[in-house]
Amino acid sequence: MNLQSTAADEAFRNDIAAWMRAHLVGEYAAIRHRGGPGDEEADPALRKAWERELAKGGWTCVGWPREFGGRGLSIEQQVIFHEEYARAGGPGRMGHIGEGLIGPALIQYGSAAQKQEFLPGIVAGTTFWAQGYSEPGAGSDLANVQTRAERQADGSWKVTGQKIWTSLAHESEWIFVLARGEAGTKGNKGLVFLLLPLAQPGIEIRPIRQLGGGSEFNEVFFDGAVARAEHLVGAVGDGWKVAMGLLEAERGTSTLGQQMHFLHELELVIAAARATGQDRNPGIRQRIAQAWMGLRVQRYNALRMLSGESTTLRREALIGKYYWSNWHRDLGKLAMDILGPLGDVPSDDPAIRPLQQLFFFSRADTIYAGTNEIQLNLIAERGLGMPREARPAVG
Amino acid sequence: MNFALTDDQIMIRDAAESFLADVADSAAVRKAAADPRGYDEAAWRRIAGELGWCGIPVPEAHGGLGLGAVELMLVQEQIGRRLLPSPFFATVCLAATVLREVASDAAQAEFLPRIAAGALRASAPLPSDAGGWTAAASMLRATPESGHWRLQGVAERLPDAQDAELLLLFAETADGPGLFAVPAESQGLQVVTAEGWDGTRRFSRVLLDAVLPDAARIDEARRADGYARSFALAQLYVAAEQLGAAQQCLDLTVAYTATRKQFGRAIAGFQAVKHRCAEMMVRIEALRSAVYGAAAQAAGDAGVASLQLECAMAKALGSDALFACAQEAIQLHGGVGFTWEYDPQLYFKRAQASSHWLGSADALREGIAGRLLAPDNTPPAMAV
Ligand SMILES: Cc1cc2nc3c(=O)[nH]c(=O)nc-3n(C[C@H](O)[C@H](O)[C@H](O)COP(=O)(O)OP(=O)(O)OC[C@H]3O[C@@H](n4cnc5c(N)ncnc54)[C@H](O)[C@@H]3O)c2cc1C
Repeated sequence: MNLQSTAADEAFRNDIAAWMRAHLVGEYAAIRHRGGPGDEEADPALRKAWERELAKGGWTCVGWPREFGGRGLSIEQQVIFHEEYARAGGPGRMGHIGEGLIGPALIQYGSAAQKQEFLPGIVAGTTFWAQGYSEPGAGSDLANVQTRAERQADGSWKVTGQKIWTSLAHESEWIFVLARGEAGTKGNKGLVFLLLPLAQPGIEIRPIRQLGGGSEFNEVFFDGAVARAEHLVGAVGDGWKVAMGLLEAERGTSTLGQQMHFLHELELVIAAARATGQDRNPGIRQRIAQAWMGLRVQRYNALRMLSGESTTLRREALIGKYYWSNWHRDLGKLAMDILGPLGDVPSDDPAIRPLQQLFFFSRADTIYAGTNEIQLNLIAERGLGMPREARPAVG
Repeated sequence: MNFALTDDQIMIRDAAESFLADVADSAAVRKAAADPRGYDEAAWRRIAGELGWCGIPVPEAHGGLGLGAVELMLVQEQIGRRLLPSPFFATVCLAATVLREVASDAAQAEFLPRIAAGALRASAPLPSDAGGWTAAASMLRATPESGHWRLQGVAERLPDAQDAELLLLFAETADGPGLFAVPAESQGLQVVTAEGWDGTRRFSRVLLDAVLPDAARIDEARRADGYARSFALAQLYVAAEQLGAAQQCLDLTVAYTATRKQFGRAIAGFQAVKHRCAEMMVRIEALRSAVYGAAAQAAGDAGVASLQLECAMAKALGSDALFACAQEAIQLHGGVGFTWEYDPQLYFKRAQASSHWLGSADALREGIAGRLLAPDNTPPAMAV
């Protein structure tokens, strides 16, 4: 066990901090600490320009292998990158679905032609992606997707059905879709994983208004939308494998960057407590200390995860999502309890707005990417070997 | 930056686990707790002898292994799992730690080699005050009299002191608190031991009106930070025990619910049961991360201020997690969970007893909040 970092790591840390200081300025200063879940409507156009700025510096896809346009950073360096990016107030990444989900999936399962066609646009920050998994009848039970994909004579696919809760579809050029490619199949059999351009006649995107007022996600309707033959990832029937592999691709290196952002939020919460005099309220003091402890736990838990401390069970990895999402939700409630009546009115005040967004958006943290209940099923089944649910649980 | 245990650390942990599985099963622990000494003499002789655990935190120069907080934490976790009654905690985790951090070189040279060799049982107070050792000093007064010290008053809450040969006592002096090495055989000293609900660790109060040689005062001015450091380390070692105990509550519960059948199936299959076991695991792994992190900080070059925060955190989480897991263990065992015969009660009693050792979770959180909310607060409090 060793918490020290090497001189080379420190030099690398300084490089990133210096780059961020030099580039997150001018017009980009307006999007410092902006964007990300709950704040996706903060100037998307400027945040896309920022993606291209990052790309010019070689700071997109830093963990991808060099042969695919990445920077080939080690795990330690990726952690340092994400930490320094967040510490500098780096905007929530518009490109995260491409960089973190579909890119790694194509690297693992895609054809040479697919890699060549799609990876460069992700690396350059010019192509944005949406994730078309959930459907009205397939949420936690994702294997129940009913969207149909029918193979045409020319080998292309005709897609009919509905996706829902599709984040950022309205800001994206492409969508990857899990659909039923073999009529009459059930569950995770017979599925296909397809790539479709969103701008086509058979696709309609309708925004869904969220409880916080914004519309970061959508319904996406497919009515004879076309996916070209060469845009099937893997073989027919491989859809489930690709879809699940993609969810596991995220190796946790960005977790420490997320924590840096959480630290920023905790600092805002503490500032609010000072400003309102709630820093003298004994109950609030307890909760602030508890929040700080929870953040330390997340950091150490991530360090355990990255160093593979428990090689077989990976218990720390299993609890990660449940722990951070519930912690974050509690932080949102603490923030609003500190603000009291100040929190009740929608605000543009930079000391209040982010806390309101935190309060509302964090309700989603325990729903997407595996609800609390599904997480507990997974922990009990995989971590404790307890009996499985009637149907295989989905992560 | 690497959080993985070294091969040697894994070896120490695994050796502790298998040794304790042999000598400290439920029947052995219950028997030891009922023994007039309060522990199993044979098991202690092996710990102090062939296993060499007493040398873990003692520098090689004093005949120890020269290891640190991580190794001691790993052993404590295993001890906590079994609730092993033993002079080990008081002697090594408390007394040796206080000696190392607070005492003069001469006192360290006198006592540490004997502790490392397993030839000396010692104890020091384990107060329920989050504020440090000074609370332990307030009821004991040390006055210099020509060429010697007179100690008058009471030292409270010394664990496993019933049978210790050396007592390390904090006393008020004219120039603030001081540390005194008091042989248990001293004239004018009385050790009164109570048997608590938690029979696995006994506590004594020491009544004193004793005259001690001048050299009995052993604190070292230049180690003034040592009071806070040793207090923090002691919190860490208690938290490690709590971690082990909480893990055992979960293991017992998972094993029991897998075999107990109701409504025609194992109760482990009911989602209400599964989810509560999963929540226990979340708390335990969170605590494990905190304890490992605090131990890594202690073994590294953390300053005293951040060490205090880290260890207070570990202890606060330990108290809460162990109580939560112990009460769930009782609940999910049903009627047998309420019996003397089944083990959850042992952990439940330890959970309550240890909840306030070196500060309750509430008091520790208040201390952390004080640091986070101090007007001049900048890192280290917020450093991640
Ligand atoms: C902000 C946000 C963004 C999202 N973005 C995307 C996106 O970009 N792409 C995409 O494909 N999807 C996205 N989702 C969808 C998300 O993955 C689903 O909401 C999630 O999988 C839950 O499905 P559901 O909403 O149908 O809820 P349901 O599955 O209907 O769950 C309802 C309740 O029942 C519980 N429940 C369900 N099954 C079980 C069980 N077996 N045991 C116990 N309890 C159970 C759940 O835990 C939950 O409390 C997003 C969701 C949100 C909130």
